[in-house]
Amino acid sequence: MIVLAFLVQTLRIAIPYLFAAAGGVLSERAGIIALTLEGWMLTGAFTAVLGAHYSGSPWVGVLCGVAGGVLAAALHAVACIRYRGDQVVVGIAINLLAVAVTRFFLRLAFDSSSNSPRVVGFEFGTGDGGRGTGVLASLANPLVPLGVLSLVLVWWILYRTPFGLRLRAVGEKPEAAASVGVAVHRIRWIAVLGGGALAALGGTYLALEQHQFTDSMTAGRGFIALAAVIFGKWEPRRVALACLLFAAAETLQIQLQGLQLIPSQFVEMIPYVLTIVAVAGVVGRAAPPAALGKVSE
Amino acid sequence: MGTGDGGRETGVALRAVGVSKRFGVVRANLGASLEVRRGEIHAVVGENGAGKSTLMRMLAGMYAPDAGLIEVEGRDVTGWSTREAIAAGVGMVHQHFMLVPTLTVAENLVLGQELTKGVQLDRAGAEAAVRSLCERTGLTVDPRRLVSDLTVGEAQRVEILKVLYRGAKILILDEPTAVLSPPEVVELWRVLRRLSSEGGTVVLITHKLDEVIEISSTITVMRAGETVGQVRTDETTPAGIARMMVGRDVRLAAEMEMDGGRGTGDGRAALRVAGLTVPSSRRPNEVDNLSFTVRAGEIFGIAGVEGNGQTELIEAIAGLRAASAGSISLGEADLAKMSVRERSAAGLSHIPEDRHRRGLVLEYSVGDNLILGLQRRFSVNGALQRERVQANATRRIREFDIRPPTPALPARALSGGNQQKVVVAREMRGREYSVLLASQPTRGVDVGAIEFIHAQLRSARDAGKAVLLVSADLVEVLALSDRVAVMYEGRFVAVLDRGEATRERVGPLMVGVETGDGGRGTGGSAEPGGEV
Repeated sequence: MIVLAFLVQTLRIAIPYLFAAAGGVLSERAGIIALTLEGWMLTGAFTAVLGAHYSGSPWVGVLCGVAGGVLAAALHAVACIRYRGDQVVVGIAINLLAVAVTRFFLRLAFDSSSNSPRVVGFEFGTGDGGRGTGVLASLANPLVPLGVLSLVLVWWILYRTPFGLRLRAVGEKPEAAASVGVAVHRIRWIAVLGGGALAALGGTYLALEQHQFTDSMTAGRGFIALAAVIFGKWEPRRVALACLLFAAAETLQIQLQGLQLIPSQFVEMIPYVLTIVAVAGVVGRAAPPAALGKVSE
Repeated sequence: MGTGDGGRETGVALRAVGVSKRFGVVRANLGASLEVRRGEIHAVVGENGAGKSTLMRMLAGMYAPDAGLIEVEGRDVTGWSTREAIAAGVGMVHQHFMLVPTLTVAENLVLGQELTKGVQLDRAGAEAAVRSLCERTGLTVDPRRLVSDLTVGEAQRVEILKVLYRGAKILILDEPTAVLSPPEVVELWRVLRRLSSEGGTVVLITHKLDEVIEISSTITVMRAGETVGQVRTDETTPAGIARMMVGRDVRLAAEMEMDGGRGTGDGRAALRVAGLTVPSSRRPNEVDNLSFTVRAGEIFGIAGVEGNGQTELIEAIAGLRAASAGSISLGEADLAKMSVRERSAAGLSHIPEDRHRRGLVLEYSVGDNLILGLQRRFSVNGALQRERVQANATRRIREFDIRPPTPALPARALSGGNQQKVVVAREMRGREYSVLLASQPTRGVDVGAIEFIHAQLRSARDAGKAVLLVSADLVEVLALSDRVAVMYEGRFVAVLDRGEATRERVGPLMVGVETGDGGRGTGGSAEPGGEV
């Protein structure tokens, strides 16, 4: 039972990572740095809560979440692709912007500086989704299978479709792709918007599970997802494993905290230390897509 | 097709008339013209910056001209796109390969024109298509291999296949031999002749005149963005072409071969390398237990296909890369433990193979680039003395005929040949030295500057300097060197005296093929690790 609870909690925690990392792989394999995953997630979380609040339907929330993520991604794409901005600078700017804009609209819409009112979620069955209602009930959320499938979908697109072949070519050597008539900018646009949509689904999941939007609620998850992308060497299957690993570390942290064996400050460090260790190249040097972050004419 | 009659009657496959193109302030083409007949192999020659590549890229639809007319088979196609050019059967093989290294051969071939099964890629179909194309053209390569695992020659084969896969009837090749070994060049010529005999049209950019004479039937010469003229190959000579390219008489490296060695090579040992092993990221023995000596007053040339350890050898001597074993000494000084600056102070000068990466700071002015590494001599109490930097720049620019003669101009604004002159001026005049490492000293440099740089190397030799020359250009190595070592997989497979080092002898050695009398070199033992 404890094992099952551990696994279920790991999966729940992994869902936002899986969505965001899927978006990250899509964008980065096309050569656009996904530093904005955090911003896309946060924007998606907020617009999802807006949609769910005003419609009373979690599905409208999901749609609005995706729309918000796509909008934030469009801003990123305009700056990085159309105007050839430095992707790191633009990424940082959009992350800061997402925090500020969601805070602004939180105030405007709900007259609060900390959180939105409670909104509907995907809870089925009995109870209010609290701890006592059986661990499996929390998986009866349609976003859970979608999250699991997101990286599978990205894998299929990358390796099984003509679009994916072009996307990989664009991320590795855009001039080669252009020389055979591949529309480099269009592919990058699609990849970034798709990445924004996927990352926003991760934010949407977070917000609907918590039934509200709280200020800066993504709390660095976008960066952890980006770390998973790098740790997984931009390959969807490895990235999925990396997401699960990070989620397991977080679950462990939560459970160890309950036990009070080790000072909680150290326990809380586990996921972050693991991320640093992973990204620092302990498991071998990763080779990013060759054209990642490079301006393409 | 319908309007193709004009071209059909005259047999003209490709025509450019009065084409102009500028990029910002740089005028790449100014009223350039070209006429290529169907089924011929047509060479386009000219110095670097003559506008050859730009003109070809306009023909292939990569850029649109600012003015002028481009016709294919009599049809006006001015300003068409890459896609349209491919559809019309015009394909270009670029100097820098347009292949995606992380994809397989088959994936690279079908990219942009993928075969599909439903919405999915048809991999098996793509691989079968590649195999049948290989059989048809005689260009074989395994469709499943990753492009990053191919040799340069194989990668070029893939490039040509890629263009043919798209149904090209007019093949444009930009400097196709720049990266090939002599046997690979022979193979390329065979393929091109076959294509042309089957009715294909080949346009070839090059600045190697011997190649032009060997392969082409017609030559168009370009200079400073304009077309100087068109000649039939059998009606001209290398000297004649060179004169058209440069606009004056030029001494060609190939002619120099007959000069004979003036270097005596009996001077004292200036640079001594013993048992040197240098690792790279790829393998632990990129340079493999190598020993040799370069004497004062000789040019010791290393021939070889790139990637056989030449880069690592030079970098290890210059102090830019750590060796794992062996010793390097310059006269009495042991270099192995010295920093780059200490080596330079001990009398080592270095013309690096990649002027953009190691030779210049492109954003710095020409004047500042001329004192890179020498800045201490131009400063007092840590502050640069601008007047002296300026005076030095003016002097070097005059001595080396660097154009434009503007010390304040950023190095980036110069042509490749003039950039190289800046590096050569600094390394050969800026400091006292006894040993010069000259790595690819004329790469990407125009004919006029090549002549000049070669003269500089010879006069350094005559002044008693020891010169270690590395070049991928066999003609250059043979023309300059008093002794020639052939490097293959980190070792010297032969060391030959000038008299024995012929193209026929060295070419096969470069790809690891022993000739019958291999290893007979009087220059010394060619045994790995043996003293040479």
